[in-house]
Amino acid sequence: MLIALLTDIHGNREALSACLAHTRLIGVDRLIFLGDFVGYGADPAWVVDQVRGLVDKGAVALLGNHDAAIDGSDEDMNSVAREAIRWTRNQLGLEQRRFLADLPLIHEEGSVLYVHANGYAPRNWDYMSGPMEAIRHFSRVDAHITFCGHVHVPMLYHMSTTAKVGAFSPVGDNDIPLLPSRTWLAVIGAVGQPRDGVPAANYAVFDTARQTLRYLRVPYDNATAARKVREAGLPEKLALRLEEGR
Amino acid sequence: MRWRLSPGTEIDGFTLLEHLGTGGMAQLWAVTREGDPTPLVMKIPLLVDSDDPLPIVCFETEQMIMPRLSGVHVPRFVATGPLEPMPYIVMERIPGESLKKHLDAVPLPWPEVVTIGAKVAHALHDLHRQHVIHLDVKPSNVMIRETGEAVLIDYGFARHERLPDLLAEEFREPFGTTPYMAPEQVLQDRADPRSDLFALGVMLYFFVTGKRPFGNPRGGQIRRRLWRDPVPPRALAPDCPPWLQEVILRCLEVDPQDRYATAALLALDLENPAHVKLTERAARLERDGGVKTFRRWLKARKAQPLEAPNIAGQLSRAPIVLVAIDLSSGAEDLAEAQRLMIGRILSIEGEARIACVNVLKTSRIAVDILEDEEGRSLHVQRLVQLRHWGAALDIPSERISYSVLEAPDPAAALVDYARRNNVDHIVIGARASSALRRYLGSVSSQVVAEAPCSVTVVRTPRDRRMGDISGEFA
Repeated sequence: MLIALLTDIHGNREALSACLAHTRLIGVDRLIFLGDFVGYGADPAWVVDQVRGLVDKGAVALLGNHDAAIDGSDEDMNSVAREAIRWTRNQLGLEQRRFLADLPLIHEEGSVLYVHANGYAPRNWDYMSGPMEAIRHFSRVDAHITFCGHVHVPMLYHMSTTAKVGAFSPVGDNDIPLLPSRTWLAVIGAVGQPRDGVPAANYAVFDTARQTLRYLRVPYDNATAARKVREAGLPEKLALRLEEGR
Repeated sequence: MRWRLSPGTEIDGFTLLEHLGTGGMAQLWAVTREGDPTPLVMKIPLLVDSDDPLPIVCFETEQMIMPRLSGVHVPRFVATGPLEPMPYIVMERIPGESLKKHLDAVPLPWPEVVTIGAKVAHALHDLHRQHVIHLDVKPSNVMIRETGEAVLIDYGFARHERLPDLLAEEFREPFGTTPYMAPEQVLQDRADPRSDLFALGVMLYFFVTGKRPFGNPRGGQIRRRLWRDPVPPRALAPDCPPWLQEVILRCLEVDPQDRYATAALLALDLENPAHVKLTERAARLERDGGVKTFRRWLKARKAQPLEAPNIAGQLSRAPIVLVAIDLSSGAEDLAEAQRLMIGRILSIEGEARIACVNVLKTSRIAVDILEDEEGRSLHVQRLVQLRHWGAALDIPSERISYSVLEAPDPAAALVDYARRNNVDHIVIGARASSALRRYLGSVSSQVVAEAPCSVTVVRTPRDRRMGDISGEFA
């Protein structure tokens, strides 16, 4: 079975549409969203409606920190993120807000864990931003494979039988075998706000039969997404990020 | 868990037949599977009673890389089993022995060494094109198929540029087999495909002279190869021709930049000794003096391991470009247009190797008269014309070669040449389309259709204009 892993959509309608079209093209069987459907982008309501529709058809959607901030506190956020969240609150109806508030923090299937930020304390939103953080995760989480987002930049961490941790920066269009002899932490890059210098949307496909992971890049109409951010009166920095991918 | 392995034992549908041997990190069994007539071999890593994680990581590395390899130069991957309950890899069994069988017979006659070297170089180029560096090239890891191709086995130390490098991340020490290890491998750099060319150079040296160029060092002695050059092969084996010494010593250069850029270029030289440009290396009869060695030693002290791997990049920096030139009269403008195109390619791809080829068309049935009225060989005349064409390009002679092929079907001959010599890019001229040409078929369109690589079709400015006027875009 092919599972598409999509995360950090952040209200980017153009990027999500392009990724979903791509999942249909390659025949993905299942969708798992790792959170942060809103914040930053100009189409939060549309994105939430799409995801709700997909969840009704069997997709899994998890809670991200931006989703949690809609009905919760935004005090921990930087000023740009906070401004975007405050704008986003006015865009969402009651139903949409309830959908976000009810999202689960984690999802487990066998020895595979899906979560937005990290596996050991999902609600503290610690970033898996380097090998040290990955070691913290590996030392406290039993799952054989963990998929998360939150960092926006794709990265693959792995731990050997002797507890040595390695980090690998994945290159596109390439099936990486997630060997059963290792423990894996796969950080999936952002759909709606890539930050590694490449504006194309990120997502990944996990092949459960072959136990391989493929990181993908999907070019999308980021010029339109950036224009809508400006038209919405959101911070200019958010539009620039979409144009430059950083 | 300890498994008693004996003939007849069944593992995941494979039946053990015969114990073929036990190496440093694995044992090998001939196995069979119901309904599968091909001879298979099962490699079982020795993980029992060992605190050493190296065999596990080598096994994992092979498990990752082998399923992704294909082609005649690698054993076909069949199946793998996880660490628990029983780790193994099953692959095609290559009949015969490895090149290790030659170890008792060294030195070998040099022509035989050249043949072996070319086979291994072709195999390495094919592997590098699959984004993999072997990093443990040595006689026991090379088999020769009954059909003649070299097969590289044992990927425990290999590096795939698009997969995590488990060895580098787990350990902080150099890997490989010490006599064959390239200087940069000693410095723990596992990113350069030219490391495999160094190891092949060690092998060729050993086969020609009967001695290993750097002995069989241990511990800190491994680093000596960063500054101490080997005794030139001809000092040990006087019948080794200078060109072969040139090739071997070029493979053994300390700086990868000074070696062949690709295994394909090495194969090209081994198969075309006349093309080998002889330098001071060919004439050397003793090792470098103290001053030169001391300078290298100083440099080696500061040497640092480097960069991320870029195998594909390394290969594409030094492409082999075949330019097929029509020397018939009236084609001068086309030859000129092709020279301009090659000039452009050279300005972008600084290390490109240009193979100028002309086909002397022979008849399929009649006996060809390959001399003109004055008895001059047409072949030689063509060669002279080709050299004249190439001289205007102004590139070093070792980067350009000239060949005249004799064949009844020019397009097939060009495609075959490209395939045998790992050509990356063909540049061929073509006349503008016309009804007659479409009816007869053109050499260029046949080459475009059948070539194993990229093809650029060059037209002259005049033909481009005519195409515009007639509205044809061929």
